[in-house]
Amino acid sequence: MEAENPAKVPLVSYLRLGSRPHLIANECTNCGARFFDRRNACARCGMREFKKVRVKNGARLKAFTIVHRAAPGIPAPYVSAIVETEDGTSVRSNVVNCDPDPEVVQLGMKLKLTTYPIGTDDDGTEAIAFGYQPA
Amino acid sequence: MATTKNSKADKSKASAAKISDDSVWILGTNMTRFGRYPDQDVVDLAAEASMAALQDGNVTIHDMDVLAAGSLFNASTGMGQRIQKQIGQTGIPVFNVTNACATGATALRTVYLSIKAGEADMGLAVGVEQMGKMGLLGGAGTKKEKKVFEPSGRYGAVTGIDGYIGTEGMPGVFAQAGMEYANDYDGVGFEQFARVAYKNHLHSTLNPLAQYRKEFSMEEIMTSPTMSYPNTLLMCCPTGDGAAAAVLVSGQRLKSMPLGVRRRAVKISASVLTSDPYTESSQVQPDVNTLTRNAAAKAYETAGVGPEDLDLVELHDCFATAELIHYDNLGLCERGTAGDFIDSGAPFRDGTTPVNVSGGLISKGHPIGATGVANVYEVTTHLRGEAEDRQIPDAKVGLAHVIGLGSACGIHILEKAAV
Repeated sequence: MEAENPAKVPLVSYLRLGSRPHLIANECTNCGARFFDRRNACARCGMREFKKVRVKNGARLKAFTIVHRAAPGIPAPYVSAIVETEDGTSVRSNVVNCDPDPEVVQLGMKLKLTTYPIGTDDDGTEAIAFGYQPA
Repeated sequence: MATTKNSKADKSKASAAKISDDSVWILGTNMTRFGRYPDQDVVDLAAEASMAALQDGNVTIHDMDVLAAGSLFNASTGMGQRIQKQIGQTGIPVFNVTNACATGATALRTVYLSIKAGEADMGLAVGVEQMGKMGLLGGAGTKKEKKVFEPSGRYGAVTGIDGYIGTEGMPGVFAQAGMEYANDYDGVGFEQFARVAYKNHLHSTLNPLAQYRKEFSMEEIMTSPTMSYPNTLLMCCPTGDGAAAAVLVSGQRLKSMPLGVRRRAVKISASVLTSDPYTESSQVQPDVNTLTRNAAAKAYETAGVGPEDLDLVELHDCFATAELIHYDNLGLCERGTAGDFIDSGAPFRDGTTPVNVSGGLISKGHPIGATGVANVYEVTTHLRGEAEDRQIPDAKVGLAHVIGLGSACGIHILEKAAV
């Protein structure tokens, strides 16, 4: 029998779920450079202290492509993008809830973070991905 | 119209290169036609280009003091030693080199450095790849055997992320790089990117070594199947097989060679390799711009030439979107005017700065390890005046550029000999 409230896991560890999903980054305490994975030293300044910070959910579309030939198992076409968050962090993501049409997807458009399920494993756990949708 | 910094007449000011003892020269070079060779293996291809390059320089493997062999997919197989077993095992040091799409340029630079260091008078650089029909590169795909979502890897991903967190496919990664430029500057869109592909397909019709030699109309290019918008199929380089080789020699040694040899020698006025320095956005998307700009600045300074002196450029057009942004990165046009530059016709073979007269990666082909030597072959052949139907008249100075994601950028500036 299907569980009514299946367990949820984020697709990646820098996505935090909960009532207000958001991304977290490792921020260099010296220069402020942000990384979504762990670093031994800051790639920018070389210092070795980091703190976890919450990345703002509002963003702007900086670059995109509409992928028609996608990896196996990935529905296409879809919009791949580089967005810049309100606090100046670049994030790679899909643009979701938006027609994959170059007439619709506009460079510079305002976006906000959202989440959506991408599948359920054999234990009934649901994986949740993030994307950005038009604000 | 683009602001072009120079006219053909101004270029004659650039003088041909004299032979100093500490300079490094290309003595011989060759490439196989790029294409598909199911009946040969990767060593056959490398040996063919190597033997022909040695013959072109009127030397043999027994004259070589060092060998560098570049191959992305065969780097761990002792490529250099396998070539030696085909053409001559002389016991010299071998470097097996891999550096993404800059692999060939890195092999060339390895030999260059050996000569500069005084450890070698002559050396052979080979780049080779046999890709067959590998299909789309870059995307690892989503794991098919989904059982239990458990975090793994540096991002704690519970399944494959390609397609969920943007694209990792090469056509899309380079599409985004082009679209970021379109975001920053006016006059750049689908049509400008398509025109790059139009030019390179057109150029390739004159090159007997190109994998494809077919002209396509703008409409055919813009309506061919979309891979990753704005890159359509005809705006993407193919996979393929091929090899290229170059024999390098010290100026000191070259001086003692016959006039006929010296006359065909081509000077390496700059050999530069860079990696990507920290930039904010490069943490999530490869930055192909900053390291190219850094390499170009260093190459121009070292060679004592500027972009206005270049008679031809072979640059890394893995996708049409990539070529357009490299006009700007290499200083071929004013900052932000790459769209006007292609629209003005400047990079066409009859324009002020011919770019990719070989057909480029888009039509000549891109057997990855071979590319960074093959573009040096192309420039060398023009500087020697031996490019036949595709010859750029009176070419004296040229630039060869490659970039590999990760990232690595190689630039070589070549000059015709003064003798």
